[in-house]
Amino acid sequence: MDIVELSRLQFAFTAMVHFLFVPLTLGLSILLAIMESVYVMTGKTIYRQMTKFWGKLFGINFALGVTTGIAMEFQFGTNWSYYSHYVGDIFGAPLAIEALMAFFLESTLVGLFFFGWDRLSKEKHLAVTWLMALATNMSALWILVANGWMQHPVGSELNLATMRMELVSFAEVLLNPVAQVKFVHTVSAGYVTGAIFVLAISSWYLLKGREIAFARRSFAIASAFGLASALSVIVLGDESGYELGDVQKVKLAAIEAEWQTHPAPAAFTLFGLPNEAEQHTDFAIRIPGVMGLIATRSLDTEVMGIRELKEEHRERIVNGQEAYALMQRLRSDEEREGDMARFEEVRSDLGYGLLLSAYSDDVANATTAEIDQAVEASIPKVWPLFWSFRAMVAAGFSMLLLFALAFWHSVRRQPEKSRWLLRFALFSLPLPWIACEAGWFVAEYGRQPWAIGEILPVHLAISSLTAEQVLFTLISIGVLYTTFVIIEMWLMQHFARKGPSGSGYLDDDAESDYPISTPAREA
Amino acid sequence: MMDYETLRFVWWVLIGVLLVGFAVTDGFDMGVAALLNVVGRGDEERRVMINSMAPHWDGNQVWLVTAGGALFAAWPPVYATAFNGFYLALMLTLFALFLRPLAFDYRSKLENPTWRRRWDWGLTIGSAVPALIFGVAFGNLLQGVPFQFDDYLRLEYQGGLLGLLNPFALLAGLLSLLMFVTHGAAWLQLKTEGELRSRSAAIGSLTALICAALFVLGGVWLLLGVDGYQVTSVIDTQGYNDTTGKIVAVSAGGWMTNYSRFPLLWLLPVLGVLGFVLCALTMKLGRHALAFTSSAVAMAMVVVTTGVTMFPFVMPSSLNPNHSLTMWDATASELTLKIMFVVVCIFVPLVLLYTAWSYWVMRGRLNEQFIRDNDKALY
Repeated sequence: MDIVELSRLQFAFTAMVHFLFVPLTLGLSILLAIMESVYVMTGKTIYRQMTKFWGKLFGINFALGVTTGIAMEFQFGTNWSYYSHYVGDIFGAPLAIEALMAFFLESTLVGLFFFGWDRLSKEKHLAVTWLMALATNMSALWILVANGWMQHPVGSELNLATMRMELVSFAEVLLNPVAQVKFVHTVSAGYVTGAIFVLAISSWYLLKGREIAFARRSFAIASAFGLASALSVIVLGDESGYELGDVQKVKLAAIEAEWQTHPAPAAFTLFGLPNEAEQHTDFAIRIPGVMGLIATRSLDTEVMGIRELKEEHRERIVNGQEAYALMQRLRSDEEREGDMARFEEVRSDLGYGLLLSAYSDDVANATTAEIDQAVEASIPKVWPLFWSFRAMVAAGFSMLLLFALAFWHSVRRQPEKSRWLLRFALFSLPLPWIACEAGWFVAEYGRQPWAIGEILPVHLAISSLTAEQVLFTLISIGVLYTTFVIIEMWLMQHFARKGPSGSGYLDDDAESDYPISTPAREA
Repeated sequence: MMDYETLRFVWWVLIGVLLVGFAVTDGFDMGVAALLNVVGRGDEERRVMINSMAPHWDGNQVWLVTAGGALFAAWPPVYATAFNGFYLALMLTLFALFLRPLAFDYRSKLENPTWRRRWDWGLTIGSAVPALIFGVAFGNLLQGVPFQFDDYLRLEYQGGLLGLLNPFALLAGLLSLLMFVTHGAAWLQLKTEGELRSRSAAIGSLTALICAALFVLGGVWLLLGVDGYQVTSVIDTQGYNDTTGKIVAVSAGGWMTNYSRFPLLWLLPVLGVLGFVLCALTMKLGRHALAFTSSAVAMAMVVVTTGVTMFPFVMPSSLNPNHSLTMWDATASELTLKIMFVVVCIFVPLVLLYTAWSYWVMRGRLNEQFIRDNDKALY
């Protein structure tokens, strides 16, 4: 493998492992805040025990979220150095704001959440828990503003003097519609993850006939919260942003294996085997009209097909060659009359010109064969996107069904009587992770061949390193992360099995459970 | 508001503030963790040490993350060049840092003594290795780093991990490790009792004196044995970054320039040395608050002295000195600097406020009885 592929693999691995822990943190932090609110409002100590027990599992997950998060903050610079130079003026800001606005609050308050129980009044501790949950969600906002900009780069412009993209409008970057839908979709997915986690483990207790009072209440809260969140994920799915920008259009066409443009509204391919060679989907089962409705939110907007997108890309690549040649002249002393004016006309296609640099040393004079190669590579492989999207949707709908049933049974106050439902809930435990990972795969693999959509191809974004160096770190991270994940999962199941009573939470008398006494003052 | 030049200067100051914030906060928990297997005898003593920082280490570490983020936002070329250039060193730092959150949260979750001892070492490695490497990195910055750019500002970096481990850089690394250790020892005196406290006082007053000596030695070495960098052309401090367009001279004693022009600057390193000496003294005398304050001041002075010595450079290039990065020509655009300045003005005071509140809530000393009483609830 070459350095580009190794760098991509390292980023994909670190990001995907990181995202095993993020959604649970997002969802569980809100659930903890809800449980503790019930405790403060009703004064029933069982809700405090719930907050503490689920809080312990939250902590085990949170630690690995922090560990894998550190790598994310630093590896743009370590492994994507030209990327960092080229777009740092825009991309760095949301990352820094995330740290200042969210990480500080989250990390400071998580300490008080765990160790402040007996040092803070009920109300103050509740405020700490809510602020911690809020900070977690704000962190998602800023990182998705950054990611949304990679998908649909708005509010910025190439500065030929500094040879990088520079910020023009911060408001546009912040209010980027792609970022906004991503935020809602991602945090809702986090809430679903938290809800399934609590629901599945509570169901296991109910199946075993243990911790009944504790598990019923947890089950009820998780099913109600989960139902609302699952509806939100599906209704506010992020394909609503897929009309915006070329990257999103390509992604949509690939997800749907839409080889050619069809008359609106487009059909949804429920099942099929995408055949890359013949640009055709074998054995397709289609539902008329549905996809056009989902993707464009209208009945008369076309969903562009891959063939048409490629034609468009070819034009833009040819324009990009001219933009590249003009840029070379403008950055040297050979500027001619009218170069700048012409550059203004074609500058939006410069990124497409840069795509050619993977196949030709002389972008401005690339051959037709080289242009053909760049055009082919301008669309990601269809089948991985087609299938991971369907995996996500299937997992999503099955969780919606589960929450609906669980909510119904919990309203009737007898969830433990229906054992098949409890088993359904237990075996659904992996679903939110499958959905989250598949969803991110669609978002990021679907962005290929771009690092920044229409601006910077991924092969130019890498660092000045050797393949061996990246291979070494990739293997090291692989070994470390695998070890960590095994330890984390073992601890998680260990404490879930012990349960609230086995961990000593329910044995103590109601007022002194899980005590943290005031330590001795100055001797 | 401010013009580009002022903003650039303000951001040079702000990056310094973040680095000092990191040293003063995360510095003590890294120091305590580095000392864990030195002064902590037995599981309960080590738990006292760990729990003295348990509510705070995570918030403290965000200073480091924020410094990284702020570097990305305010000085993208520096972020790109430094992180790429120091690749393997930074990766080793990351691997070590991976261990910290896990060691804190997982260590005391199980009773098994082997499990706990392994995580104790994980915590020590996770804290001591980054403390050492940060110093090594600064030691290399002061000597210049082998990089240059092509016409499209793509980085070319020549040099590997071993080149970073030269004697001067190792001295800087040792200083940074020992100043964190000193600061950690000072923290332990504020938060613990009895033998643990007196053992850390003994170690801390020793390391403080070594720090003073290393700082002086490093300074003399820098002035006599390390070439300094000077910009000899005029940089347009109001204009676009023209990173590769300036002319830079490299000369023996070049790092003296700022001190010859403004002799008052000598106060900074002098205050640093005095801080370390005062810290050693007050530890011996049992004046814990003063010891912690003076180690904080001393560390701040080490960071500030380094920055002032190199001003306006932040990353000199030994391969092609003209391509060196300075705080005038390696910044973000004016708009980004402006927006980030507003963000910092709003959020840094808030951060300081709730951080102070969390320390106030968790105030007081810990002892082994406290650990036994709260066995399940503590780290």
